[in-house]
Amino acid sequence: MRFFRFGPEFRPAWRLGIADIIILLALLGVLYVGVRMAISAPAIISGPKISLSFWALPWYTLLSVGRMFAAYILSLLFTLIYGYTAAHNRTAEKVLMPLLDVLQSVPILSFLPVVLLSLSSVLPAGLAAELAAIALIFTSQAWNMTYSFFQSIRTVPRELQEASAVFRLGPWLQFRKVELPFAAVGLIWNSIMSWAGGWFFLMASEIFTVGERDFRLPGIGAYLQTAASEGNANAIIAGIITLIATIVVLDRVVWRPILAWAEKFKVETVTGEKMPSSMVYDLLSRSWIFEKFIYRGVDPLLEWIDDRMARGRTRSLAYSSPSLRRSRYFCLWILGITLGLFSAWGAYRTVSMLILLETQDWLAIGLGTFATFLRVAASLFLALVWTVPTGVAIGTNRRLADLLQPIVQIAASVPATALFPVLLMGLAQKPGGMNIAAILLMLMGSQWYLLFNTIAGTTAIPQDLRHTTALLRLSRRERWKNLILPALFPYLVTGSITATGGAWNASIVAEHAQFGGHTHTTTGIGSLIAMATARGNYPLLLASTIALVLVVVAINRFFWSRLYRVAEERYRME
Amino acid sequence: MASTAPLPEPEDLLQLQNIYKIYGSGPRQFVALQDINMRIKAGEFVCLLGPSGCGKSTLLRIIAGLDRASSGTVYYRGQPLTGINPHATIVFQTFALYPWLNVQENVELALKARGVPKEVRKSKAIQLIDTVGLDGFESAYPRELSGGMRQKVGFARAMAVEPELLCLDEPFSALDVLSAEALRGELMELWLGKSIPTQAILMVTHNIEEAVLMADRIIAMEKDPGRIVGEISVGLRHPRKRKDAAYQLIVDKVYATVAGKTLTEAEELGQEPGKGRIRRLPAAPLNALAGLLEKLAEESDGRADIYRFAEALAMELDDLLPVIEAGELLGFVKVLEGDLLLTELGRAYAEASVLGRKEMIASRILRLPIISWIYETLQRDDDQRVAKEYFLDRLRPDFHDHTEKQLDRAINWGRFAELFAFDDNTDELYLE
Repeated sequence: MRFFRFGPEFRPAWRLGIADIIILLALLGVLYVGVRMAISAPAIISGPKISLSFWALPWYTLLSVGRMFAAYILSLLFTLIYGYTAAHNRTAEKVLMPLLDVLQSVPILSFLPVVLLSLSSVLPAGLAAELAAIALIFTSQAWNMTYSFFQSIRTVPRELQEASAVFRLGPWLQFRKVELPFAAVGLIWNSIMSWAGGWFFLMASEIFTVGERDFRLPGIGAYLQTAASEGNANAIIAGIITLIATIVVLDRVVWRPILAWAEKFKVETVTGEKMPSSMVYDLLSRSWIFEKFIYRGVDPLLEWIDDRMARGRTRSLAYSSPSLRRSRYFCLWILGITLGLFSAWGAYRTVSMLILLETQDWLAIGLGTFATFLRVAASLFLALVWTVPTGVAIGTNRRLADLLQPIVQIAASVPATALFPVLLMGLAQKPGGMNIAAILLMLMGSQWYLLFNTIAGTTAIPQDLRHTTALLRLSRRERWKNLILPALFPYLVTGSITATGGAWNASIVAEHAQFGGHTHTTTGIGSLIAMATARGNYPLLLASTIALVLVVVAINRFFWSRLYRVAEERYRME
Repeated sequence: MASTAPLPEPEDLLQLQNIYKIYGSGPRQFVALQDINMRIKAGEFVCLLGPSGCGKSTLLRIIAGLDRASSGTVYYRGQPLTGINPHATIVFQTFALYPWLNVQENVELALKARGVPKEVRKSKAIQLIDTVGLDGFESAYPRELSGGMRQKVGFARAMAVEPELLCLDEPFSALDVLSAEALRGELMELWLGKSIPTQAILMVTHNIEEAVLMADRIIAMEKDPGRIVGEISVGLRHPRKRKDAAYQLIVDKVYATVAGKTLTEAEELGQEPGKGRIRRLPAAPLNALAGLLEKLAEESDGRADIYRFAEALAMELDDLLPVIEAGELLGFVKVLEGDLLLTELGRAYAEASVLGRKEMIASRILRLPIISWIYETLQRDDDQRVAKEYFLDRLRPDFHDHTEKQLDRAINWGRFAELFAFDDNTDELYLE
């Protein structure tokens, strides 16, 4: 199975530490600044005119893919710089890693309204929406990549590090010849996962509209939404085919060759593991022109860069001196104090804005959060009900796996948010339809993580355990109770963490939609955020965004990480 | 306290003066190296020999400048060392080749780091790969090579930077017997033939034979704390033959130095926590001890030369010594002049039934204060269950970082003897 690598790396922290609280407060500060700026956002924003002509599709596709690439490049740069700094500087790590931890568990999409409004107060609406989309995709992509890169640098085998030191590679050569190659495979897998996740957010931000403020962006997501809104079946089909084709082609032309190339960076090859192969890669590596290009162009360029970088800075051979350490501590203190002051200011201003809210607003927030929570739980339940049996079946049956794998891959590659307008087309008019549509969107966004994790968990059950169970002639019920469910438990926990994260995110687009000239809403924290954005009720916007963030972080910390710990300790296969 | 070490002399390539390596501080302190003094002259091949955990690899890293001593000074050519030693290099036990670079790129990288221009480093790398006998494998990746060939790359890479001091960290222990033997011979040929510009070799090993085969001088180390316990000059002419009487004599002498030290101390049973001198339980599962006793009972008189016995069991000295230590601790075996002796008790054990063995083990390990203390604590408790944390807290002042490991060993032994056991669900110890 490809496309996803079974959920992002999840690093559970067992309790809410002081660092988390400071970071959350600082996040409050940022949110507050955003909302302050949002107040001066224009009240009416007219969106772009979306053409449903088939000839517009290539152009829209290009725009969407362009946004994806811009965000990915940004994520990659961020990953390299942030991960490198955190891995090499213990002082920086103390600040950067907890921050990453919180950012990873925050529902990113809840920031979309604040980001959109604050950017459009200073920039032309179109540009603001572009930047907000890129920023949003970036925030969905960067964290797991960064974490993987950090983790890789930290786990470079000790003897390789020592060899680098003994042979005096210096920081640059060590980065290029040791750390980057060692991190490559993990980074590429995480990139692929981030890329797939990015489509979800791209589609969401391309179709975002609240009240008189139309933040849509010309792109394939907006095309699909307009097509669904006008009931144009031909355009819907054309749009979906284009989207799937784009995703598949990018996978074949970009990601697969990179994966095949990265094979050589694997430290050890597990026998029996299928090597990623790629026709494009084989073609390129056989091509004479490409070889010449590498030999004459890339190699000398790298040589030149290595030469320059190595000359500029040779690693000091001496151990770090106490005075250097003192100055590092000094920097940490300055940083800590600044962050602390900003957090305190943010908390103060936030509270003074939140005071403006009435009791009924708080009741609405509580009710909305609860309603969304129920929806998330329902979607998780539904996802588990169908993915666990299916995943176990695929994982144990080779023939079924070969049959279903391509279908599942393509189905999983379609971002749920792109299909949402199509869902609405069928459901919006029915009683309770919006509610069902919201749960379905959450389900579509989250089920694949669970399915892939179940498959991975099933295939990881050791052969001898399976044989023993067969020899014992356990009944189906006993087999599930004693073998399959315990073996799957850690995988289901990691899958559920990712899945519920996706579901909370989906609530922002799922609970409030403008469709066919009507506004459809259902009770929930997502619709509350959307409504506050539409009406310009900034205290409510701030309060509900904070509420959503806090609830999700709290659930992660107090519920999922506990389960995760149980999974780690009790149900790990050794 | 530290003895007064002589001042560095000019002909010394390397001198260590009162080197200590201490981890942690206060009651959690662990002494990895204690007062190490030694010197290496130009032209010498020196071996650091000792069991695992004696700090010999740490010492090698301090000499190469990868690690820093907690106190004491490393002098290189009379100058105190303050960082990575630019004249030394290491050949690693696990090769430490970059898996994504082919043989030639691996060797070249060491030269590239020194700013050697592309053409020069290319021809030099090819020449070195040729020297170690790997020509034709320049473009192979490490994963395509056997262990012996990988280590040859390791040697070629180390020689590329023309070190004065070549440090070898158990370079043959990850290889199969034949490759190791071949590579040893090739290294000695290069070294004795002076075809490499290396001035001195320092090799870390736990293999006594290997040390006697190669070194001019053997420095024997012991653990808890890591320290030097003796020094043996080898002084045999090369090539050395394992069958020679002179060679055997030195091997026995080295055995007496290394094994003798561990085993006399093992007589001590120690005290229960907080009451004085403690004793660490050796890292030996008791069923391994049972196997050892059975094997020993088959020998005539229940007596065997440790060195040959290890060979007959196909065991590394490192793995065998803790089992012997456990046997001594329980009174089943004795060590005499490099020989292993089965006691009366040991013979009785070897001949006993499964049930009889359990009872014997139970009564023997209850003599150990730490075991009897755990047992009595559990008996005193109302429901005869006590949290693991309780024991850890009381053992910690004595065992520091090793507490968890020690308690786990005690539980393991207690379980074997069916005295007490551990409940993983509640993290409690309970009486069987």
